[in-house]
Amino acid sequence: MSGLWRRLAQTARLMVGQPDYDAYRRHLAAHHPEREAMSRVEFFREREAARYRGGSGRCC
Amino acid sequence: MTRHLPLILLALAGAGCLGVVASVRGEPVNALWVIAAALCVYLVAYRYYARYIARVVVAIDPARATPAVRRADGLDYVATDRRVLFGHHFAAIAGAGPLVGPVLAAQMGYLPGTLWILAGVVLAGAVQDFMVLFISMRRDGRSLGELIRMEMGAVPGTIALVGAFMIMVIILAVLALIVVRALAESPWGLFTVVATVPLAMVMGGYTRWLRPGAIGEVSVIGVVGLVAAILLGQSVAASASVAPWFTLTPVALCVGLIGYGAVASLLPVWLLLAPRDYLSTFLKIGAIAALAIGIVLLAPPLRMPALTDFAATGRGPVWAGPLFPFLFITIACGAVSGFHALIASGTTPKLIASEGDAAFIGYGAMLMESAVAIMALVAACILDPGIYFAMNAPAAITAGDPATAAAAVTAMGFPIAPETLTDTARQVGETTIISRAGGAPTLAVAMAEIFSHAIGGPAMKAFWYHFAILFEALFILTAVDAGTRAGRFMLQDLLALAVPRFKDTRGFVPGLVATLLCVGAWGFFLYQGVTDPLGGVNTLWPLFGISNQMLAAVALLLATVVLFRMKRARYAAVTVLPATWLVLCTGTAGVMKLAHPDPAIGFLAHARRFAEAAARGEVLKPAKTLAEMHRIVLNDRIDAALCALFLAVVAAILVYAVRTCLAARRLDRPSVSEISPVGATA
Repeated sequence: MSGLWRRLAQTARLMVGQPDYDAYRRHLAAHHPEREAMSRVEFFREREAARYRGGSGRCC
Repeated sequence: MTRHLPLILLALAGAGCLGVVASVRGEPVNALWVIAAALCVYLVAYRYYARYIARVVVAIDPARATPAVRRADGLDYVATDRRVLFGHHFAAIAGAGPLVGPVLAAQMGYLPGTLWILAGVVLAGAVQDFMVLFISMRRDGRSLGELIRMEMGAVPGTIALVGAFMIMVIILAVLALIVVRALAESPWGLFTVVATVPLAMVMGGYTRWLRPGAIGEVSVIGVVGLVAAILLGQSVAASASVAPWFTLTPVALCVGLIGYGAVASLLPVWLLLAPRDYLSTFLKIGAIAALAIGIVLLAPPLRMPALTDFAATGRGPVWAGPLFPFLFITIACGAVSGFHALIASGTTPKLIASEGDAAFIGYGAMLMESAVAIMALVAACILDPGIYFAMNAPAAITAGDPATAAAAVTAMGFPIAPETLTDTARQVGETTIISRAGGAPTLAVAMAEIFSHAIGGPAMKAFWYHFAILFEALFILTAVDAGTRAGRFMLQDLLALAVPRFKDTRGFVPGLVATLLCVGAWGFFLYQGVTDPLGGVNTLWPLFGISNQMLAAVALLLATVVLFRMKRARYAAVTVLPATWLVLCTGTAGVMKLAHPDPAIGFLAHARRFAEAAARGEVLKPAKTLAEMHRIVLNDRIDAALCALFLAVVAAILVYAVRTCLAARRLDRPSVSEISPVGATA
């Protein structure tokens, strides 16, 4: 049940352009331990700005 | 054999449902037959055709690392659960298109629209989405323009970019026109939509300073605010002192919207665009789900005939032109949408965890979009056809008055009393529903009918109507805002080819110039549509449909080229057939809009009629002065030029595609430029 809830929340966040923060931390820890990870808030803002930077906009 | 049994049963059930839909005459068919038939078709198509394309045609390799795995960065490239990604992709492709096109197509009856939505999605639309997703996934998730450049060359790549920008302009204009048609002279509707601007700014401040990243919380606050705005809107509309502020003519609203578009796309994204994007995205998904549940609960009969006379004569009031090609141009998004090629080569290919997921996401999400189109068609067809035609016929036919509108619609063969029109308007809390073209108000009346049946009864109809208008206006405005930004970057890319200064996407001046050019471009077509006596939808929607289907043709031609270059040309029929159909369809429609001798269809014939009258010093209705006559002529010529441009784009890409395919055939090995899974880590 909590797995389903988590997936729904993840889906809703990705729909508005926010990928999973924990996955980002895991990726950084596994592959680039030397880099400093963005905080949750920085991550949120970075992705928010990225969503509307260029790209193909929204569908009709 | 046994594992095919459930699907064989489904196929039989679907065929049975379609049989009922197609054969019942003289008594109303229940909408659920259409829905059930559609679901069976989707499941069978997904199980067999999508799998055939994945396994045989393109030979998907689940062991091959996707860009999300190879270039993983936790930001743009993230291997994502297929169900989560399906939701993301569906939310990105679903917009106003599949809701509006089928409503307009209903003027020919429910049968032609239903059949094309089903056949189109299975054989063309979903194939296109899946193929582009596949092609982009094998090339680091690059965009459509870059893919065309890689596989076909720099010139066709640039041609496609110019085409894509013009499509963007037309899409923004037509979406804005739908909003204008829905909100003009409607204080309740306009107030609720205007209220979303400060509401979004409050939400923006909340996510900026109070609780960054708390999307769920802020969305709940937003939805509560929206409901309050709808309730407050009722008092605003009833108040003699405030209502006039929110009662705008279409022209005033158009000017306001153009100004809004320019300002909104220059504001920081966190202030207005991002928070409103949350609301519009979640509301869109929620409303689509509610519509599906509502239709199943209500199980309404279809009151529109299966085929109206307009299917045969091609002289319907909503849009002019014969069934072929204009039905296909009108439905556009629900069956095949070229715009999806931009989405399928956008963020989605960078998030796919395994190649094996591509069919589920690319083909599957498009089937879901098609289901939305079917629901929109059903919604339009459960209304009294008299109401449907009174709402969608232009003011030139209805004269805007209940008595004249009822007489005009009755004369079309759909008897309706003037009182029915005034009663319906009163029930939904509007002063009039006559000549509210554009599809959105029609859909809102139908949704009010369906929702009020489930919750609240007739007393809630006005609330649900304005909820539906708000939901459509909200995501259209978000699309206008995001689209203007995207258009700005596309334009800067193109301008930079001539003036290198424009390459600087962070510079203020180049950004401002490109934004104003972009807003000016869609604003021009919007203004032209708003002042068009035939309602504008008549002119702009076919242009939109042609451009959208043209882009789909380009995407399918690219897919064909890729199959040839992969040395899998023996399976190329999968993309060649829909590409051929789309080229024929857009080609015919483009030539007809350009050169048809009937002024109701051909832009140049219309221009000629007005130019000749103006030369004689005569003023034709609806123009009131000679200056207006000249403006109509100019508008027609610009529309004609745009049509010619679209035709030229498709013709050029076709020539390049054929050349590239022939060149690939002469080689004895694959020449495709996939980015190999090993060694390409740049």
